[in-house]
Amino acid sequence: MRVNLTRIIIFGFIFFCLSIFWLGLKKDQTYDTRNLIGNKINEFNIPSLDETNSFSEQYFLNNKFTIVNFFASWCAPCRDEHKYLVELSKNGAHIVGVSFKDKKSNTLDFLNQLGNPYKFIAADNDGKASISFGIYGIPESIIINSESVVVKKIIGPINQEIFKEILNIIK
Amino acid sequence: MLSEFGQLSIFLVTIFSVLIIYKSFLSLKNNIQIIEPGIYQLSLWQVTVTILSFLVLIAAYLVSDFSLINVYENSHTAKPLFYKIAGSWGNHEGSLLLWINILVIFSYLFLIFNFKHKKNFRLLTLVIQNLIILGFTLFLIFNSNPFSQLEPVPLEGLGLNPILQDPALALHPPMLYVGFVGCSIYFSAAIASMLSNYRGKLFANSIKSWVLISWCFQTLGISLGSIWAYYELGWGGFWFWDPVENASLLPWFAITALMHSVMVLEKRDNLYAWVIILCLITFILSVTGTFLVRSGILNSVHTFASDPARGIYILLFLSVMIFSSLIIFFRTFKKESYNFYFKSKETFILINNWFMAFFLVTVLVGTLYPIFLDVVTNEKISVGPPFYNIVIIPLAVPLLVLMVVGPQLSWINSKSLGVVKHKALIIIGALLINFIIYLIFGSSSFLSNLIFISALFLIIHSILEAYKIYQKKIKFELPRVISHLGFGLLVLFIGINHNFSNEQDFNLKVGEEKKFDEYSIVFKDLKLKQEKNYKAIIGDFEIKNFDKKINKILNPEIRIYSNPETLTYEAAIKTRIDSDLYLTMSNISRSDYYNIKFQHKPLMIWIWISVLMVVFGGFLQLMRNKNES
Amino acid sequence: MKSKIIFFILAFFIFSSIHANENIKVNDIFKNLRCLVCQGQSIADSNSDFASTVKLVVEDQIKQGKSEKEIYSFLISKYGEWIVYKPSFDTKNFFLWILPYLVLVSGGIILYVLLRKKPKL
Repeated sequence: MRVNLTRIIIFGFIFFCLSIFWLGLKKDQTYDTRNLIGNKINEFNIPSLDETNSFSEQYFLNNKFTIVNFFASWCAPCRDEHKYLVELSKNGAHIVGVSFKDKKSNTLDFLNQLGNPYKFIAADNDGKASISFGIYGIPESIIINSESVVVKKIIGPINQEIFKEILNIIK
Repeated sequence: MLSEFGQLSIFLVTIFSVLIIYKSFLSLKNNIQIIEPGIYQLSLWQVTVTILSFLVLIAAYLVSDFSLINVYENSHTAKPLFYKIAGSWGNHEGSLLLWINILVIFSYLFLIFNFKHKKNFRLLTLVIQNLIILGFTLFLIFNSNPFSQLEPVPLEGLGLNPILQDPALALHPPMLYVGFVGCSIYFSAAIASMLSNYRGKLFANSIKSWVLISWCFQTLGISLGSIWAYYELGWGGFWFWDPVENASLLPWFAITALMHSVMVLEKRDNLYAWVIILCLITFILSVTGTFLVRSGILNSVHTFASDPARGIYILLFLSVMIFSSLIIFFRTFKKESYNFYFKSKETFILINNWFMAFFLVTVLVGTLYPIFLDVVTNEKISVGPPFYNIVIIPLAVPLLVLMVVGPQLSWINSKSLGVVKHKALIIIGALLINFIIYLIFGSSSFLSNLIFISALFLIIHSILEAYKIYQKKIKFELPRVISHLGFGLLVLFIGINHNFSNEQDFNLKVGEEKKFDEYSIVFKDLKLKQEKNYKAIIGDFEIKNFDKKINKILNPEIRIYSNPETLTYEAAIKTRIDSDLYLTMSNISRSDYYNIKFQHKPLMIWIWISVLMVVFGGFLQLMRNKNES
Repeated sequence: MKSKIIFFILAFFIFSSIHANENIKVNDIFKNLRCLVCQGQSIADSNSDFASTVKLVVEDQIKQGKSEKEIYSFLISKYGEWIVYKPSFDTKNFFLWILPYLVLVSGGIILYVLLRKKPKL
């Protein structure tokens, strides 16, 4: 009887491993930080584009939700999503744009061309501040509530579907 | 044309497999004690057709026959001849054909070389091996056919990833496959042995050379992979504990354990069940590794183009293999009695197996745990170098010491454990050299010192042994001494290299100089060069080391290949007898600065030399086995 | 004689490991971080934009006097556990850290049981 038990355990264990493999095949292998919400964003200070002001944690206190959008003029998907940002801004969203590793003149050109949806524009010239927001590629947008807590992360460009989701959150 | 020819030959391989299985079953029922010539002939035909199919594929690559999807996707007319040939096994479909080739060749060689052994055992091995061959040819035909056609025929191919255009990498898959797929033959033999009740010494005798062959090639294959990573990837390292590398290391641990314990079975007629388990596990781990690498289940640097359908097929195959071998094992299991004295060679071989099992499980758990965790809890974690270093390195110390003691003991029972001669002298010698290492390279952690000393203990002892062998001209221990010496040196050199490499990461632009420690690096110039199939940006760096009076020019490159469009970073490596200078540069987007990675790596070349020494010992033993029989 | 040897052993040993370098090596931290946008590369190995930004931040934090641990936990809070190559020892990683040693111990027990029986010849 004892011998049979060890056999059952061995068979069971192997069966378990093989089924994990099987389930693992269906899993998406690419990692993203989409699910990393609920953290506080603090200890950052980014100068504004015109260098007269700065963007810091205090900023979030004033709004129910703040959307922080990392963008750059050299990033093609940023151009694609820009129209949604403009649309969101018209719907009353409070958006802060962080120009990522970009030249000031290029950023201004970009906004002149496509419209300016931002209530505040900060410039993260060396990209260091992006780490505080958990950014690893642009465009990325983060919705933050008045307690500086991340409510939602959007990795990659905003599309029609995400646009609606955002409207639902901030309405 | 070539496509049809290839398809036909693959089809014939399958037919021959079925015929061999059928004929063998008929032959198993009769009472004649020899294998009929018909089976030999079928086997010979099978091996001929298989090799032919592979030659057809190579021919298609040579003439750039883009009517084959496989050639179109992985080759280009402008590619150098050598890489056209190597390109045929550098992709999934081609490598699977190579895999089948090795299965068939080993099947045939095992049949003809083991003529002294019992008929039923040989026939059953042939049957099992052909079942495996059938499994893989069907997979090849239905899922990964290298001879699939493309309509209309394109004029030019897509080309081979330039990172794969490296001599070490071109030879790495064939070596590794001989190592991994070679395991199949003693998997088959193990099952045949259980089914035909052909146990004990004779079984050990029939497989030992095959174990050794696959061990040698696996070791060689893994080292070639490391060499490629060092010279081509441009990260300055040679082992990253990447899941794909781990997948190749898993069978290696099992086979190393097997190589040692098969001696116990041969000499003492004991441990049969354990040897069988190791035979089974080695090939099962090889196939598991293939599954992990080809299915895309792992996140790795060494990606093969992955396809879930492949994963499902290999998984299915793996399940059938595991469950059927387990059932056969339990059905035929007979209790053995173990009579071991502590102070005996066999006990220390068991201890070796114990360590190998520990290393194996560590790497296995580290590789699979993220997959399991992701499936069960949806959380993603990374298991990398720190984990393996923490768990594995401390255990290297006792392993090195045991490698000295074990071989000195005799079979059955030794008088005492104090058989190691001149212990005290060797230890003092090891400490002295360790002290010299400290004087030359500087201080390192307590654990590193322990590793150095125990490695030196093994090295000095092995050298003394080699000297004794040279004096007395008793050569039968020589292969073991060479391999163990090589291993000791390997650990020592890796340890020194790991502890005392100077690694720097900084940004420079043309004309600037960077100074740190006793080095100075000047970024003198930047040149453009147009080659046949790529453009290159070449940096001109002057490296000075004031302590060692080194003054060298290094020229790292950034290459932009045209087909396919790829960017690669070519490291500039100056190999010297005492150390390597290593420098890579990469452009930083939207800036004039270049990111420079500089490394001064002591004793780098000696790592490769000691690995080759380990392998050389293996081949020497193989020759000895041949002369014996 | 014996005491002399022991003395030498200790003297050499203490001497060669006493100065063990305790400085944080920046490159070692880079090596323990995973580059999120690459296929299985570490921050140290990668040439990507993301990797170079992380390097800057890590260097800054070291200048600020933060410990290696603090840097890791900062990055984990921003990017998740995926970013570090050394998984933390907690309940969900319990088996990862314990299984190898479990095999080591149980292997030792099996060996002990095997060898305890005195063979009859």
